[in-house]
Amino acid sequence: MNDYILETRDLTKHYGGVHALEGANFKLRPGEHIAIMGDNGAGKSTFVRQITGVESRTRGEILFDGKPVRFDGPLDAREAGIETVFQTLALADDLDVPDNLFLGREITKWNFLGPFRVLDYKAMRQATLEGLERTAVKIPNIKNSIRNMSGGQRQCVAIARTATFHSKLTIMDEPTAALGVQETAQVENIIRTLKEAGEPLILVSHNMRQVFDLVDRVVVFRRGRICADLDIKAEKITGEDVVSYITGARTQAGFEDAA
Amino acid sequence: MADQTSHGIGGLSYDTSKRTWPNEANVFIALVLLILGFEALGQILPYMDNQSMLLDFESTRDGTILNMARIRIVILQVAIIGIISLGVTQVIISGGIDLSSGPLVGAAAMIVMSFAQTELVNGQLNPKAVFGDWAFDLPIIAPILVGLAFGAFIGAINGSLIAFTGIPPFIATLGMFLICRGISQWWTKGQPVSFPSDQFAAIGSGMMPVVWFALLAIVLALIMKFTVYGKHTYAIGSNEDAARMSGINVKRHKVMVYMIASMLAAFAAIVLSSKNLTAQAGMGQFYELYAIAMAVIGGVSLRGGRGSILGTVLGAMVFGVIQSGFTFIKLDAFYQLMAMGAIIIGAVVLDQYRQRQSSLR
Repeated sequence: MNDYILETRDLTKHYGGVHALEGANFKLRPGEHIAIMGDNGAGKSTFVRQITGVESRTRGEILFDGKPVRFDGPLDAREAGIETVFQTLALADDLDVPDNLFLGREITKWNFLGPFRVLDYKAMRQATLEGLERTAVKIPNIKNSIRNMSGGQRQCVAIARTATFHSKLTIMDEPTAALGVQETAQVENIIRTLKEAGEPLILVSHNMRQVFDLVDRVVVFRRGRICADLDIKAEKITGEDVVSYITGARTQAGFEDAA
Repeated sequence: MADQTSHGIGGLSYDTSKRTWPNEANVFIALVLLILGFEALGQILPYMDNQSMLLDFESTRDGTILNMARIRIVILQVAIIGIISLGVTQVIISGGIDLSSGPLVGAAAMIVMSFAQTELVNGQLNPKAVFGDWAFDLPIIAPILVGLAFGAFIGAINGSLIAFTGIPPFIATLGMFLICRGISQWWTKGQPVSFPSDQFAAIGSGMMPVVWFALLAIVLALIMKFTVYGKHTYAIGSNEDAARMSGINVKRHKVMVYMIASMLAAFAAIVLSSKNLTAQAGMGQFYELYAIAMAVIGGVSLRGGRGSILGTVLGAMVFGVIQSGFTFIKLDAFYQLMAMGAIIIGAVVLDQYRQRQSSLR
């Protein structure tokens, strides 16, 4: 077992002259839940996009599970075990819940038929029900197409998809930004389930209460740099402290070059 | 509400009374209403002499009171375009469009026929179309393979253009429309190619086009519903980005979708040229539009992701009933075209309205 499930060294991304991410050194221990916070444009989503292989980095190293990795796309990252719930939900609206959960990795029989191999609907339905139960997601009718579901139900399906496949690392980018109170509660329950199962998580969020409720550590981004790494479970840190790091009123010792 | 079930957190609920009504059922109802409408017109219109479109009380030749002769014609005249529409259906479900199928029928028919000719017609030498004497009386497999290979080739170009250059399917297949029309005229410099071997002529004789249409419809329906290929086609049409993120090789899949569509159009060309015993450069005119119309009437959404082969088959039936019905009530051909256009537009407007209603509930 490695000390860190994910580590980035000097991770940097420039879009032309715009330095969206500059020298990010980041570490995630196995089973740890970390929140990434910061103002709009602080580099949170850019950071996530480098890790998940959506974009290729300008400079720096990413070590996943102890080994240096360079993903050519989100698929590579997913095959390596990084599951991501994107801000724009990657669901096919006209398909139902099992179809979406298993999209691109269907359970099939008669595999000699190549692209025309036959779908094992029964097995996928069974696995879907088990996956939903494990993540405590309630969806009344999994045969319903995603189009007919509420935003919260869609989000739950997207998250259940990542949670069903026992990934080594789950990344959620603003999973509750568009949800109502009850739906948010449901998503937060799924996150707690992941924590109990010992699966590590990176949560990008603006919601201070949610962050303090759910995660162990908060990493604050400001203007493309990491400006604070706060162990909120061990140290006495309040929401106001975090806000002052986000706004730039304070910079943690050791991150002075971010100021 | 009595049949509403509620589940713990989130207050999510599902009302079974709002179970979605299958779209195919609507198309079927439309089909029945159209038949009843034409029957009513047969009774009402003064010059119709109380004729019935599908019933025949005087002659019981077929042992039924149905007018089997007319029913056969209704199905037969949509069968060949129906074969094309099966391929077009999966293209539209994948979020694309194929305008090249009509001219492809023309080009494929010319090419196929030049490999299917027989040497002697009534003791006279058959005029050579393209090749020397070696191309006469080839085994039946030759024209079929050549035809399907040509279809696969054209489909591969369509699909590759759309998948790898990113140009809209409309433009790619519009270009191919003209190219294929050109090929069909260039192949024999405009001369028709006629008189195939008896074996080849058997492919499309009598009710065979209907048999092919039914067989292919069943195969395609099973593929779309029960295979990975079908699922990925729906997924790409529904949300291409999601499909890509989920690990589907979207580009390769699109090439396959267009190849299958063009091979079906080429097969339609084989059946059509066999049925007519001749191929002409102008064959297949408007077929691409009729094939798209059948799919659209059958509830296939031009935005992709929605529709079914069963819907398209019912759409083809609606198409056939309208055509036969207009002829039955002695409507002139130009009125037929106008009415057909209006019906296609009406079908799409109705579908959009229905979709909006169901999303508002």
